[in-house]
Amino acid sequence: MEEPSTSRSPKITGADMTRRDLLEAAVVTGGALVGGQLMPGCIEEAAAQAAGALPAALQVVLRVNGMEHRLALDPRATLLDVLREHLHLTGSKKGCGLGQCGACTVLMDGKRVKACLSLAALAEGREITTIEGLAQGDQLHPLQTAFIERDAFQCGYCTPGQIMAGVACINEGHAGSAQEIRDWMSGNLCRCGAYDHIVAAIQDAARATRAVPGG
Amino acid sequence: MHPFALERPRDLNAAVALRAQAGRNDAPAEYIAGGTDMVQLLQEDVRRPERLVSLAGLLDNRIEAGTQGLRIGAAATMAAVASHPAVVEQFPVISEALLNSASPQVRNQATMGGNLLQRTRCPYFRDVGYAACNKRVPGSGCAAIGGENRWHAVLGTSENCIAANPSDLAVALVALDAAVEVRGPGGQRTVPLANLHRLPADTPHIETVLEPGEVISVIAVPASSLARRSHYLKVRDRASFEFAVVSAAVALDMGGGLIRQARVALGGVGTKPWRLPRVEAALSGESLHPAALRRTAALAAEGAHGRGHNSFKIELMQRVIVRAIETAGARA
Repeated sequence: MEEPSTSRSPKITGADMTRRDLLEAAVVTGGALVGGQLMPGCIEEAAAQAAGALPAALQVVLRVNGMEHRLALDPRATLLDVLREHLHLTGSKKGCGLGQCGACTVLMDGKRVKACLSLAALAEGREITTIEGLAQGDQLHPLQTAFIERDAFQCGYCTPGQIMAGVACINEGHAGSAQEIRDWMSGNLCRCGAYDHIVAAIQDAARATRAVPGG
Repeated sequence: MHPFALERPRDLNAAVALRAQAGRNDAPAEYIAGGTDMVQLLQEDVRRPERLVSLAGLLDNRIEAGTQGLRIGAAATMAAVASHPAVVEQFPVISEALLNSASPQVRNQATMGGNLLQRTRCPYFRDVGYAACNKRVPGSGCAAIGGENRWHAVLGTSENCIAANPSDLAVALVALDAAVEVRGPGGQRTVPLANLHRLPADTPHIETVLEPGEVISVIAVPASSLARRSHYLKVRDRASFEFAVVSAAVALDMGGGLIRQARVALGGVGTKPWRLPRVEAALSGESLHPAALRRTAALAAEGAHGRGHNSFKIELMQRVIVRAIETAGARA
């Protein structure tokens, strides 16, 4: 990142910080602005430094896609931010950060969860599966194949979350009809409106999964 | 997010001790369990604890159905309870309330105890950009009373707060006379669900009767002749993944085509889960005839106070009661 051209130092006094102060602090302390949004982690650091107390790092072991990772984490780090910023598994997407859009959906012990609502330190001991861990080598998961065949996306931003939620939806046995799929996929938003194709892809993959003996 | 230390105590007593050191409100320490509400509140700067005390692994998550009724460990997830065969069969109103809550992901994460303690969805509470919110900043006023209040309560409100309790589960549980077992620094006690939440009155920032350090450990639902014929009807702005505009939990004991006993509670309209004893008493001995149901449901409006945008709820909640009773009554 380029050095900021301004040498102005922000006026920051703990709790009275405004959003503008924070933005300025982030720039001065090296926080990166990407596409107009502060990178997660950077703003936290700026805020903590300004407040004068960075919480002690926690030693956490996370198990992701079958691999163990020993990490020193800010207690505030969400599972989503750790997946993306520490482990560079950027398939899981950050949409709202408040559990509303589902772009961050991953599996935890086989069950779908919103990674943005999980503190990473509290995911210790759980088996986490992200979109990067879904394929078996070069063999795509049937739902990944179905998404391609059904053209079940436009911009693709929600797609990893849709696929992870869709895999869970099928595994739970909630893919019996288009209506059931719509209800059980309601935690995943698609602003391009590819819903019809997403439902069709899940129906295809559910049939393919049932066709596999023991599947 | 404001910086905090995260404590991961080894047992519940240690967790209770850590949390009890802090005060009652705006506590420097808070519990976190499933985290689905707490992380939102942290992200939005609504809560700024210095310490979070994790309950992960410290509370029971078993679901037991016996002759006494249901015992649900507070750490059981919403998803686990919603799909439990005994809950589905014997307490359908609980399963339905849960399945109509949040999204599949959140139901896999959120715990039963946490669900009952989730904070209101009042947008003025959730947005620190608004100065006035008596729940968030005691004494600062209520921006909702003169503001956008379509989502707000019409029952149990005060001049200080009209925020609706958002839990669907609590509405089902209060209808079934459930209670919570609470662990705290002073030991264990049982609190009927009807008494768990407080009316806002002059202190809307104090939402429950729980003392500092107290944590819900078990939810107990007594066996009853009504629970099998129960139903949760939720009316909302979209078909799924939305909080209630108005909801009703009903349970019926029927005999000879007449209602012997009824339980009725409302969601989306009360500052706490809202049981309706007068409606229940009036339903006793009534048929399922629509005119009779409309007449008894009208008693729900007693004491209701609309604030403009939300005044439609007073009529709507009566219709929701009628529809919910008709559906439950049609069940075998």
